[in-house]
Amino acid sequence: MTEIRASSAALMQTRAAKGPRDPWSVLRWTLLAMGAIVMVMPIVYMLSASIKYPFEMYDLNIIPKEPTFENYTYVLSDGRFLRWFGNSFLIATLTTLSAVFFDALVGYALCKFTFRGRTFVFIAILSTLMIPTEMLVIPWYLMSKSFGWLDTYWGIMFPGIMTAFGTFLMKQFFETVPDDFLEAARIDGLNEFQIWWSVALPLVTPALSALAIFIFLGNWTAFLWPLIVTNSAELYTLPVGLTTFSVEQAVEWELIMTGAALATIPTLIVFLVFQRYIIRGVAMAGLKG
Amino acid sequence: MATLSLHNLVKAYGKTEVLHGINLDVADGEFVVFVGPSGCGKSTTLRMIAGLEDVSGGEVRIGGAVVNHLEPKDRNIAMVFQNYAIYPHMSVRKNIGFGLRTAKMPKADKEKRIEEVAAILSMTEYLDRKPAQLSGGQRQRVAIGRAMVRDPAVFLFDEPLSNLDAQLRTQMRLEIKKLHQRVGTTIIFVTHDQVEAMTMADRIVIMKDGHIQQVGTPAEVFHQPANAFVAQFIGAPSMNMLQGRITADGIEVAGRVIARKTPGAVGSAVTVGIRPDDLRVTPDAGSFAGRVSVLEPLGAETLAYVDIGGQEVVARADGRTPPPLRAQVHLTVDPANLHLFDAEGVAIR
Repeated sequence: MTEIRASSAALMQTRAAKGPRDPWSVLRWTLLAMGAIVMVMPIVYMLSASIKYPFEMYDLNIIPKEPTFENYTYVLSDGRFLRWFGNSFLIATLTTLSAVFFDALVGYALCKFTFRGRTFVFIAILSTLMIPTEMLVIPWYLMSKSFGWLDTYWGIMFPGIMTAFGTFLMKQFFETVPDDFLEAARIDGLNEFQIWWSVALPLVTPALSALAIFIFLGNWTAFLWPLIVTNSAELYTLPVGLTTFSVEQAVEWELIMTGAALATIPTLIVFLVFQRYIIRGVAMAGLKG
Repeated sequence: MATLSLHNLVKAYGKTEVLHGINLDVADGEFVVFVGPSGCGKSTTLRMIAGLEDVSGGEVRIGGAVVNHLEPKDRNIAMVFQNYAIYPHMSVRKNIGFGLRTAKMPKADKEKRIEEVAAILSMTEYLDRKPAQLSGGQRQRVAIGRAMVRDPAVFLFDEPLSNLDAQLRTQMRLEIKKLHQRVGTTIIFVTHDQVEAMTMADRIVIMKDGHIQQVGTPAEVFHQPANAFVAQFIGAPSMNMLQGRITADGIEVAGRVIARKTPGAVGSAVTVGIRPDDLRVTPDAGSFAGRVSVLEPLGAETLAYVDIGGQEVVARADGRTPPPLRAQVHLTVDPANLHLFDAEGVAIR
């Protein structure tokens, strides 16, 4: 009993030592607060600028002297913005669906099937991760030109229909799926595609959700390739379209910031929707124990 | 239900052969247990029967038909895995019914079949639960249910009880045995636990290093082991093995001669096996004299480790009146209960 009391006292002392008066704790919280400010400031500035008049744009005040929602009215009533928004949404959605499907399919095959050249294929896919996008746009452009894909939706989408990163991520997650699940399904009469679809994929929902978030965000914010491959304003994606608010004579920052603020809405929705599945996926359990 | 035959079954990974010609005939409705130490090839054999491993040589026949090149789903077998392998994202109902997905039968019949199986396994009230909400034993029942629902010709069990605690294992052992008596399907059960093998099997197949050592009923492999490996593997505690020599009067072991007719040349070395149950501790003069070095009380009985002439043997003593530790005792054995093995470990009969 004495020992228990002594250890309780020691625990309380430890807790007290880790309390707010602990200098290390103060330092930790200060660093975290600074990090949070650095992260949040651009968003706050964007939201602030989106409700400012042009004359206030270069003031650093967060709260405008004369707040206005005219920028939102203007941007939303401009047909081009909604078109670009729709383009971005369509392209990001289709590319995400495609990449998640093919990345998971290839990752599964590389993980669960033994075939000649498997390691070579995997390394070849991985090696494409080392090449920066800036270097890839030239072959992409030449390819698009050859096939007549310039200035088309398909031209914007095709480089992202399958990703090396996603393949790698999914392969690693499929490693955690015990073969017993797949063999049980094989004995139960499912073919290999059905096993992948009905058994393996639901077991890697967290990875699929994370991948979907990454790919959607990557495509939603993609700028360089859509800028290069498109000429017609009606095919612009949102990031490309927003640059048209910047002309030689002036940059309409308040409209760019308004457009950017509106552009964050789908990304937030995607994150909130898929985050739920990540948590649910982690909570699932099926094996022993 | 169906018969199962393995004929010269060989498995090789590259140039490494791990199964060296397995021959076995399993009768319709028989409960056969494969037992052996890790790496003996028992699970590989089971997986080859299931079609999860390619056959390198020989034949697997189910119901008389060679199934070597058939897909697992076309072999009319069902398998229960060590890790249960029930799908965590599906309810118990969906898990049990999973095997019927590809079956061409009306939905109402499928539902009826699921309910029947759940009732047999006492899982009806858990049908809408997810695996995470079940205990280990209940998960194992779901795995068995999924195998049962298709009414297969052969059930394959791959160490299904090894993840359960001792009490649950005993309970599930009994349930599987009752299930077999009820459904009468041919069962191949793999385990490394010889108690499971002894208690459940109609016949036991004892394997070592990719070879079958002996096939027989639990009584046969216990009382008439084919070789020293089987003799030591079956039975707990293991059979005592003593070095001896054939003499004109019998067998000389630990300085004593035990009268028993023995085939073999006088003077040749033999290994003498004595089950701990066959050694009785007596205060009077017996076959061997020795000193008690360790006692293991088990309740109803006590295992006494006795040092006889530099060789340690274990004997079962009464749990209420065990010999004192370090006491000088005598051990008696009925000569008819001695097991003799030649220099290669083959039983001498």
